[in-house]
Formats: sequence, structure tokens, C-alpha cells
Amino acid sequence: MAPSPTPGRTGGRSRTGGTRGGSTRAGSTRTGSTRATPGLVDDRRPAPSYEAAGGDWSEIAEEAARLGEERIVVNMGPQHPSTHGVLRLMLEIDGETVTEARAGIGYLHTGIEKNMEFRTWTQGVTFCTRMDYLAPLFQETAYCLAVEKLLGITDDVPERATVIRVLMMELNRISSHLVCLATGGNELGATTIMTVGFTAREEILRVFELITGLRMNHAYIRPGGVAQDIPPGALDTVREALVGVRTYMGQLQDLMLANPIFRARLVGVGQLNLSACMALGITGPVLRSTGLPYDVRKASPYCGYETYDFDVPTSTDEDAFCRVVLRIEECYQSMRIVEQCLDRLQASGPGPVMVADKKVAWPAQLAIGADGMGNSLDHIREIMGTSMEALIHHFKLVTEGFRVPAGQVYQSVEAPRGELLAHLVSDGGTRPYRAHFRDPSFNNLQAVSMMCEGGQVADVVVAVASLDPVMGGVDR
Amino acid sequence: MSDQPVDPANPVAAKAAPAQTPPAGRHVDASPVERDAVVHAGVEAAQQEHAPAAPERGGRGAIEVVDVRRGMFGAADGGDTSGYGGLVRQVALPGASERPYGGWFDEAVDVLAEVLDEGGPGFDAAIEKVVVDRGELTLHVTPAHLLGVCQVLRDDPDLRFELSLGVSGVHYPHESGRELHSVMHLVSVTHGRRLRVEVAVPDAHPHVPSTVSVYPTNDWHERETWDFFGIVFDGHPALARIEMPDDWPGHPQRKDYPLGGIPVEYKGATVPPADQRRAYS
Repeated sequence: MAPSPTPGRTGGRSRTGGTRGGSTRAGSTRTGSTRATPGLVDDRRPAPSYEAAGGDWSEIAEEAARLGEERIVVNMGPQHPSTHGVLRLMLEIDGETVTEARAGIGYLHTGIEKNMEFRTWTQGVTFCTRMDYLAPLFQETAYCLAVEKLLGITDDVPERATVIRVLMMELNRISSHLVCLATGGNELGATTIMTVGFTAREEILRVFELITGLRMNHAYIRPGGVAQDIPPGALDTVREALVGVRTYMGQLQDLMLANPIFRARLVGVGQLNLSACMALGITGPVLRSTGLPYDVRKASPYCGYETYDFDVPTSTDEDAFCRVVLRIEECYQSMRIVEQCLDRLQASGPGPVMVADKKVAWPAQLAIGADGMGNSLDHIREIMGTSMEALIHHFKLVTEGFRVPAGQVYQSVEAPRGELLAHLVSDGGTRPYRAHFRDPSFNNLQAVSMMCEGGQVADVVVAVASLDPVMGGVDR
Repeated sequence: MSDQPVDPANPVAAKAAPAQTPPAGRHVDASPVERDAVVHAGVEAAQQEHAPAAPERGGRGAIEVVDVRRGMFGAADGGDTSGYGGLVRQVALPGASERPYGGWFDEAVDVLAEVLDEGGPGFDAAIEKVVVDRGELTLHVTPAHLLGVCQVLRDDPDLRFELSLGVSGVHYPHESGRELHSVMHLVSVTHGRRLRVEVAVPDAHPHVPSTVSVYPTNDWHERETWDFFGIVFDGHPALARIEMPDDWPGHPQRKDYPLGGIPVEYKGATVPPADQRRAYS
């Protein structure tokens, strides 16, 4: 069959010649040499193929039978309830068996890294917090630690700010893992797991809202410290929230761990061994499910993690089920760290949460007024009423920002999904010259082929859920 | 100034301005304050011809001038009465470091040198320079020998950088002949070490050997670097775009690629898009 000269669809389906499996996206009806990468898709092979995009399935099935082509390529996503957002999985299936699996990404690319090059170093936080929207505080911390390293003020960050960072990150780890467990359950049809997980996460989001003012996209951790001290009574609120989270965690365990249906779906599915993990650069719970206790908090501690008492849970089962167990265990370890943070904050009492250097520190702490959070009235009174110099300083710092000495740094943090690396380059100016984030989801999605090929279509859902990709972080 | 082409992303920065050595009598070392010193145009009469690496002093690392910026927030035309138009600022990155590097860096570089000298291309041929800055070790590797160096870094039991954290790019449009940098971060889980491998290639011939055969994880990262910077990784199994559509023109994260955006009106005022706002070069 000759290639059809014009791309396009008639009704719900169209027929073209020569496109090999894997390429049922809209552009695949292009013919010949228009591909960016010759050889990626074999356009010359005259295998009959057709596209189905809705319409009458019986007609499609009849035509498939007539053409005698039994290989079927299924596009799972980018709009699909079980792919964690706009992930596109291209599955070549033989019956119910997946013979080839590829992941297509880029549907949520927003150019955050490029945008950060046009904002000040402080404004960069508001961008990078939006990448992995389930773990915003990890990006903020990685970025701010890197900026502080560039500035050479790592040791000047107040202890209280560092403890608050650890507190927020560990709470965030719990909330992120809860979403992973909840959506993972939901994708299997277990709606109760989803509702329990999200209800538990709500406890933590309430704490976030109390401390940062926002449930997501906090921009709370800033170069030099944090945006503001924790409000009065927040420590007790966190303790109460932990009680609630523990209850819900118990419910989740009851629902998941001994459930024969759940186990039948997850045990032995999505296997990936240690050598594959190291080759593919997989980190986080997936790597630890192979028995290697690699955790950046232990391997190269930051934020004083070496002073906290916690364990790195591992397993040797290498499958999706033990990753669920690991995430639950990690939640309990995070709670241990949170409790130590609370004790430290309680013991230390109030103190500075931003570096003393007024050339770097934001001019004032935010304050809560009648209409929500904003500039503190005391500060406004000072700059508008009493001190011209303070006004100039405020203006310069807010509009121009501070200069960061030229050079480049990296900073890794252990995000819920694995190792998050921030690579920052400064040209000595007031804006990042280059900001790159090695997002664990982006890297881990490379394992989809290895985890899914040879398994059932239904196992793809489980395998992807056990990777827990967040497309906001993947595409940035 | 006016006869020079102007970078659309940064109208202040003059292209192809010769790198300048600092004025006589002024020491240049790696201290952050002096590295970013704003040198006034009137004092720099003694500027010399292109000098990529400034002289070293007192055992501290040299600096490497990659760009020279002039003026400030667009006040470069003749009507500038503020004096800001006369500002000249060197952008200088840390240059090659001298031994001792400190910590485990010396030992690791020694091992690498030994292995490369024994069975490979030789340390001097493969490693352009070793930079130690802010407690981080960076190996600048020549493109031709990248694969061999990575193989040694991964396989030698005393190095064992078995985990790659991926490749990304940095674009230095004014560093002539070395405009595009490919940066790779490696982790040794065995020894608890980290280092950075950097490869610089000219914009005219942006070819870097692919490291996918050594670190399979770099597959998507190299595709992303190709997509965003246009660095071609020779030997990559399928170097297709990954974030942008297949038929996208250009490479968005290069410095000469505009950010885009439209002016936004709010309560009668108009805010220009981010890349056209006032910039503090």
C-alpha cells in the first residue's frame, strides 16, 4: 500500500501506509524524510497500519482482520486516568502481553528553567517550586542550598531556618508518598485507598497553609533561610496533624498490605534489579527496593541530616509491592524526623530564620494582616516614614536583587522520588545564568520499558505507579 | 559600541568584545568580590589582547574570562547621563586549579592520571584542566576522549563513579570556540564522592560523543540537552527531541533564543515580557 499523500483523518480513523507501530501520534501520517531522527521509526517498511481515534470499533476490528495485521499499538495517554498526568505510553501489544513499551513526555513542558534565567535569584524559588508540584519544598531547598553555596553563606544560615527546612521537607515527603499510595490505589480501582490517602494528605496541607500561607507552590524556603518564622501554635498543630496522619496510615496499611487482591496485582510486578537501577540511574524507593540503602540524606548529608536519628528502609523484593511497603516505612521515618525537628524548635525558642547579611536577606518578614499574608506594617512604616536608606535598600533588593559570585555548583537532595540535583551557574549577576534540575521522575521514567515489557497491559499501570512520576517535574 | 551587534536577549552586552586583563596594579584572584569587580572604563587603558586566563597569585585558582558586559539596564545610548553606560564588568569563571586540590580530589585525579597514562590517551591529552571551586571537583575533558575518561571513572575500583546524574548543557555565547558546554554529574556510591565532568565544544561543530554506552541513564538526558542546546551526541541510539515537538525550530535554552511572552496590561500600565524588562547586566 502506498503511503497516503496527505496527512489527515477521515471520520474516526484513517489509513496510511508504512508507519511502523509506536507512532500512532497525530503526526505519524507524515511520510518519508520529515522526521527529526532518521531511523527512529522505520517509514520505509510497507506494513499496513491504521489509526483508531474513536469511532466504531467493530469496523476497525473488521479492517484489522482483513489486513491480517495482528500487532496492535496502543497509546495510553497523554490523557489517561492511570498515567499520573500527561504521560504518554506507547505500548505494542500482542493480546494482553506488552511486547514493547515506550514513554513519551513533553506534554507539560513549561520552560521553568529558561524562565528562571530572567528572574532574580530570590524569584527563582517561585518558579522551581512549581516543577514537581507534589514535592515543592524539595526543589526549593535544593535551589536555595545551591544559591547559598554559590554565595558562600552556607554556614551563616540560622540553625532555626535549617530545622524548619527539614521539618517542612519531611512533612512534604509524607504528603508526597501519600499521594503516590492514594493514586496508585485509585488506578487499580481501589477508590477507598485514594480517599484515605488524600484525606491524610489534607492534614499536612493544612499545616503547610498555616506555616507558608499556601497549600502548594509555597516559595517558602528562600536563599538565606525561610520566608518567615513558624507562627505561634504551629508546633502543636503539627503534633496534632501527625496523630491524624498516623491513624490514616494505619487505615492505609489495613487496606493494602494484607489485601489479597492488592497483593495479587502488585507482588512480582514491575521488577527492576540493582544493576538495572544503577545503569538507568534510578534512585529513591525504586533503588532501595533492590536492597541498596542509597539515600542522599545519609550519603552526603545536607541541612544537618547527619544529626537526626532515622533509618533508611530497604527491601530485596524488587517489585511494586515492596515499593508500597517502603513508602509507608519512609513515612514513619519522616515522622521520626519531624518529631525531632519539633523538639528542637521547641527547645531553641524563637530566633532568626534568615541570614544576618542584609545584602542578601529579604528586607522584612511577612506578616499576617486582616486581609491575609503580606508585608509587615512595621516594615512599611519604617521605610515609608522614618528611614530613606531603608527604603532605598528595600527597593534595590526587591527590584534588582543581590549579585551572586560567578561559578557553578551542584546540590543534591533526597526528594520523595529519588535524588534531585540542582545545577546552578552564575555569571556574577543578579539572575541565574543557568538553572538545571535533574528531576528524579524524568530519569526514572526511562525504566518504563524495562519494567513493562513482557508483562500484561494491566501491569503497566502498576509498574508506572510504583515509579510515581510527576509530570510537572519530568517536563519542567 | 554602536557598531557591534547587539544580543537581543541582553541588549547591553556587546558581542565579541575582547576579553580584558585587569588594569595594572590590580590583583586578580579567585576571591568572589574581586572576581566580580566592576572596572571603570576610564581606568582600563592598559588593556591587552585576548587573555583567557589571568595570572595566578598566591596559590589561588586563576580565573577565566568568558564575557565582558558593558553598561547597565540599557542605558548604552548617547543620552546616558547617569554614567552607568561606562560600566565594564568581566564575567570570569574559576579557572584551572593548582595542586594540592584538597580532600580526596588529589587522590582521585592521581588514579585517573595513572590509568589514562597507562592504557589510554594520556592524562594531559584527555583532561584540559582540573577546577576545584566551592568544594567541588570539575574535570574539563576534551570531547575526543570523553568516552574513555567516563569508562575509567566508572570501572576503576578506586574511582567507581557508577551512578550518573545526567547530562545538561550551558551556553556561553561569548566564549569563542567553546560556546556550548555539556555538563555531567557523577556519583560514586561506593566511595561517597561526587564530581562534575564538563566538555566544551564550539557552536560551529557541536559534537560530543554520547556516553550512553557507559551510562545508559544518560539516554534521555542527552536527548534533552540536544533538544534545548543543540549539542549533537554522536553515537546516541536515537537522538530525537524529547521535550519540544519533533518539528520545533531552534534550541530553546540557548542564550540567543528569546524567552517570548507578550506585554501585559494591568490597571492602565503595561508590563513588558520578562526578557524585555530592565536588566542589571
